[in-house]
Amino acid sequence: MSDPTFNAPGITDMERDELRRHGILLTGLEELYNWGRSHSVWPLNFGLACCAIEMIAASMAKFDIARFGSEVFRPSPRQADLLIVSGTVTKKMAPQVVRLWNQMPEPKYCIAMGACAISGGPFKQGYNVLKGIDRFIPVDIYIPGCPPRPEALLHGLVQLQEKIRNQAISGPAAPRHLQAEADCNCPIPECGAHDIEPTRNDALWPKPPELLRPTKT
Amino acid sequence: MNPTPFANPSTGAHVRSVRSDLPGDLMEVSMGPHHPSTHGVFRMIVTLDGETIVRLKPVFGYLHRNHEKLAENTSYLGSMPYTDRLDYLNSMTNNWAYARAVEQLAGIAVPERAEYVRVILAELTRLLNHTCLAGFLMQDCGCSGTPLMYAFREREKILDLFESLSGSRMMCNYQRFGGCRVDPPADWLARAGQLVAEYGPFLDEFEALLTGNEILLARTQGVGRLSAALAINAGVTGPMLRATGVNHDLRKVDGYGVYPRFQFRIPLGEHGDVYDRYMIRILEMRESLAILRQALAGLPAGPIMNPAAKLRGFRPKAGEAYGRIEGPKGEIGFHLVSDGGPNPWRYHVRAPSFINLTILEDLCLGHTVADAVIILGSIDIVLGEVDR
Amino acid sequence: METLPQLRDRIAALFPGADVVLVTNPSPSAQHALRLDAPHARAIATFLRDDPALQLDQCTNVTGIDWPEKEVVDVTRTTVPDPAGGAPRAVEEKTKRIEPGRLEVVYHLYSIALGHGPVVLRLVTGNRTDAVTLPSLTPVWRSAEFQEREVYDLFGIVFEGHPDLRRILMWDGFKDHPMRRDYREPDDYEWEPTPHGDVLAKAKQHYPAPTPTPSAPSTP
Repeated sequence: MSDPTFNAPGITDMERDELRRHGILLTGLEELYNWGRSHSVWPLNFGLACCAIEMIAASMAKFDIARFGSEVFRPSPRQADLLIVSGTVTKKMAPQVVRLWNQMPEPKYCIAMGACAISGGPFKQGYNVLKGIDRFIPVDIYIPGCPPRPEALLHGLVQLQEKIRNQAISGPAAPRHLQAEADCNCPIPECGAHDIEPTRNDALWPKPPELLRPTKT
Repeated sequence: MNPTPFANPSTGAHVRSVRSDLPGDLMEVSMGPHHPSTHGVFRMIVTLDGETIVRLKPVFGYLHRNHEKLAENTSYLGSMPYTDRLDYLNSMTNNWAYARAVEQLAGIAVPERAEYVRVILAELTRLLNHTCLAGFLMQDCGCSGTPLMYAFREREKILDLFESLSGSRMMCNYQRFGGCRVDPPADWLARAGQLVAEYGPFLDEFEALLTGNEILLARTQGVGRLSAALAINAGVTGPMLRATGVNHDLRKVDGYGVYPRFQFRIPLGEHGDVYDRYMIRILEMRESLAILRQALAGLPAGPIMNPAAKLRGFRPKAGEAYGRIEGPKGEIGFHLVSDGGPNPWRYHVRAPSFINLTILEDLCLGHTVADAVIILGSIDIVLGEVDR
Repeated sequence: METLPQLRDRIAALFPGADVVLVTNPSPSAQHALRLDAPHARAIATFLRDDPALQLDQCTNVTGIDWPEKEVVDVTRTTVPDPAGGAPRAVEEKTKRIEPGRLEVVYHLYSIALGHGPVVLRLVTGNRTDAVTLPSLTPVWRSAEFQEREVYDLFGIVFEGHPDLRRILMWDGFKDHPMRRDYREPDDYEWEPTPHGDVLAKAKQHYPAPTPTPSAPSTP
């Protein structure tokens, strides 16, 4: 369990391994806390479209997400840690996704699985397609693909576990659930006359930068 | 009709009370769009008298991805990958239905080898779909996950075949107008033959565990009865129609492709309930294995693609065509209107799951909420094609 | 089954006053259609479903089509005799006319009992703005229920006699009819790293033009 973020003064990793072989575990509170949390991330039983089938395949015998501690898909958002947005988010569905996100208790994470959840995907030119769920909720891991293979989802999950393990538990870099003033609710859009209102959450998705390629008018 | 809001004194949040305008003790419950049993983002607004359903209104559109509008701005071939994403479990049959509609529109002939390969892939897709349906239906009945594990184990074997042939597990994009994209090599055909040989024993094992199970019988027999007359008038097609006893399978009625060359039976149901729909699918899987054996044995040599078919600069003459095939869920058809340009003027998908849901309310009235879940599972819907 | 011209004649005989037109389909599919007029459509549909020789009991598909108004140029060629007594000249006369826009609904009917089909029906509205009402065929074939709701939602055709006509795919408060050819999507900050075409035109409104790099000052 040699974690590069753990810096015990005067003890090298080799010495730690030696101690562990003798049955003495040397760790810090942060590392222990994060290690316990990262290996039991429970996803919400939430699938929108085609990527959901690959997510189900990842939980089945051949790819087996249970090896990574995420076998228990919860039907209720109150009991889930992870929202895997798998599939196209439409504007009609967007308020429900944000509502589900708000109902999940902290600490909570979001994986945008598939091209549609990241940016609208192949259905981008659409009047009912939300061009990326990161317009409304904060996304931790993006998994590209259409659909991504179950191994890609497992890789994304492992990346998320690494991200959780590297989180500080105090200070300004601490995650939302350890900061007293952080708001874990995101504003829920409403379906308006022509579009959802607002079209994005300004705090999370600022207007993108300039056009990269200068254009000839 | 305004519900009485309850304001929480500390946070000020409002809680909607039960609607006070419903007669008697009725309660309105929204099942979905996020619900473990609705097979995707489908919403049913159910009015309950105790546990009995007195009204059910389905709400669609949570996965409406304007597929038809996209197709108006894309070339004919450019829409082929989008057809994969309609019924995302059965991409090969969606591709075939679209290819058939375009071939009828433009009058393109398909070589014999391609027709045989299409039949092989369509029947493999049918096996895949019916196996997954059996797994999901069992999940809805309450066996959390174990039959689904068996079903997905077999599905992975079929997906391995699809991946080595077309490059993708699910979104195959394999059919073209006038044939197929790639010729299956000899070792692929050998592997397909081996899968077919091993599938029979898997079905025996599956059936031994499930078909005579008394809990399954008690929960599915007599539930969700559909009469043949209502099914025909409501446009229901596929295994759901055949479960009511109507002998209508497009493989026999239209005789498209090379299906007339194969010997296979059409299983028909008697009562039109959930158990019949489940059994029809198991029996259809056995018939698909028979077709596969015959097709693999009789596969002729020849080109996989019509050499005269044009892929680039494809502009069919002005006109229209409606092409349909018997997909695993029912009749999947494409209605194309061409104005002579490279993009279709109008592209419409006749989605079997969407039309089969017409009678959802009729089937669920008088049953409990638990039965509604099983009835929805037996209709076999996929939201990608319900909402398009 | 009888041919389509025979069917058209039989319908015209049974429903005097009905305007039934055979619309030929130039594509190789040869799926020709019958265009019905709105007042008689439901009666003719009931006849098609119940007639013992036809028994078209399944309405499989209902499609809406939008035909916006377009300018059509008619060219008439006439020969004019030469007043000087020489060879006659060919004269081309071009007249421009505006073909009015309309909305159309196409029904595909099949017979499960007798195994024939398709019989294609077409209903056309008066225009695309105010005369958009058509009779609903849901009382005849229940399969049209959801499909006519979809045509109403996406095209705006109002089906009179439909048991429950409301939007089906878009939400209830939505105001537009998205599948019409003149529908413009809302502008929702679509961004691409290297945009072109429509996306570029929309993007230019939101992002500032790249500032020109200042040239190096010339040394005095």
